[in-house]
Amino acid sequence: MSTPAPRPGTPVELDPGAACDLVRRGVALLDVRDAPELATGMADGARHVPLCELERRAPELEPDRSQVVLLICASGRRSRQGAERLRTLGYGRAMSVAGGFQRWRAEGLPVARSPDEVADLDVERYARQLTLPEVGLDGQRRLRDARVLLVGAGGLGSPAALYLAAAGVGHLTLVDDDRVERSNLHRQVLHGDADTGRLKIDSGAATLQALNPTVEVTRVERRLTAANARTLLEGAHVALDGADNFATRYAVNDACIALGIPQVHGSVFRFEGQVTVLWPAAPGGGPCYRCLYPEAPPPELAPSCGEAGVLGVVPGVIGLLQAAETLKLLLGVGSPLVGRLLQYDALRGSFDEFDVARTPACPACAR
Amino acid sequence: MSDVLIRVPAVLRPFAGDASELRVAAGSLAQVLERVAVRHPQLVPRVLTPDGQLRPFVNLFVDRTNARALQGLATEVPAGAVVSILPAVAGG
Repeated sequence: MSTPAPRPGTPVELDPGAACDLVRRGVALLDVRDAPELATGMADGARHVPLCELERRAPELEPDRSQVVLLICASGRRSRQGAERLRTLGYGRAMSVAGGFQRWRAEGLPVARSPDEVADLDVERYARQLTLPEVGLDGQRRLRDARVLLVGAGGLGSPAALYLAAAGVGHLTLVDDDRVERSNLHRQVLHGDADTGRLKIDSGAATLQALNPTVEVTRVERRLTAANARTLLEGAHVALDGADNFATRYAVNDACIALGIPQVHGSVFRFEGQVTVLWPAAPGGGPCYRCLYPEAPPPELAPSCGEAGVLGVVPGVIGLLQAAETLKLLLGVGSPLVGRLLQYDALRGSFDEFDVARTPACPACAR
Repeated sequence: MSDVLIRVPAVLRPFAGDASELRVAAGSLAQVLERVAVRHPQLVPRVLTPDGQLRPFVNLFVDRTNARALQGLATEVPAGAVVSILPAVAGG
């Protein structure tokens, strides 16, 4: 194949119209944008090669370094960088499409639809996390297919659910039988003033669907108990424990052990909060709630938020740490808080980290 | 400095004169708690049972390690160490 050769020393940029003519004559056009950006479509005839992979894949895509290679990105900046890099590799006729895909489209040049690799995802919505190598398209699909059960749609469940929905966790189940009270509103940010008197699961589901309509929210108007915990948790990948009482927390614990799934624990009191991941079935093992606290305290030593008060932002911080741990578990990235407990003290403005181990003779999780 | 620092959680502060931190001389964890009890006699019964065992809904950490994973109340708390009292908290 013979193509008109820009002479050495000619500008590294080419107008979109001229580039389009070359592509029609068989010249390679490489789109160096990140995958999520392809949702807006691609220049017709372009192949996708993210900029970070360009140098590695160039020899495979165009073995003949004497050929013209065209690069395109969103605005022309990254493709110009790419062309300059290719020139240092010996592709003396690598050129960038000036103004990028934005100008290509504005000039009415032919555009192809998004490739299949992104067509099933709302890549524009998740663009900023899709570009994280730890997430990417595969991770985003994993989040989309994930099921998280939130025990309680209150102080901890509210912030956690908002961010899990925003991140694209596809299936959220809210388990709560309470109705919204005005005294909830300073911390339970799933609910607004007009929701007073509504079931929290209804108000919460409406807020989550408004935030991200692609998320399926299942509402369970029940109090999770030892009798129904296992049935409710069946099929969930993670339980996010934002309960407001010990009986529910132990019920979640026992069901999670039976099902082998992690319980992302959070609890708050006044200006303090605790967060940890309880998961005996974790690779390497981890403690359960009964390893950590074999028994619940008597009521006089465990006043509720209603009795003792809580700074609204404290469950916000802890609930979001629970959401972060949940996303890490679903994505399989980082080091989950298994065997470690974080304590947040808002007044001191500090986090303390403690090691928490399995109890070898734990009545709940010892094998 | 020969003291250890004891961090008192919010739920137990009413029994510690509303203090969030206490300082007593170093020793075994049992000795440390005895020294706390001299000044705050109501606090320690919330941490220990009447027969002197650690209550099952409270953990004591010496720096970052759970005393249950060390020698329990016999654990030596060196000067400069931090003892954190961590009770079970249910609020959500």
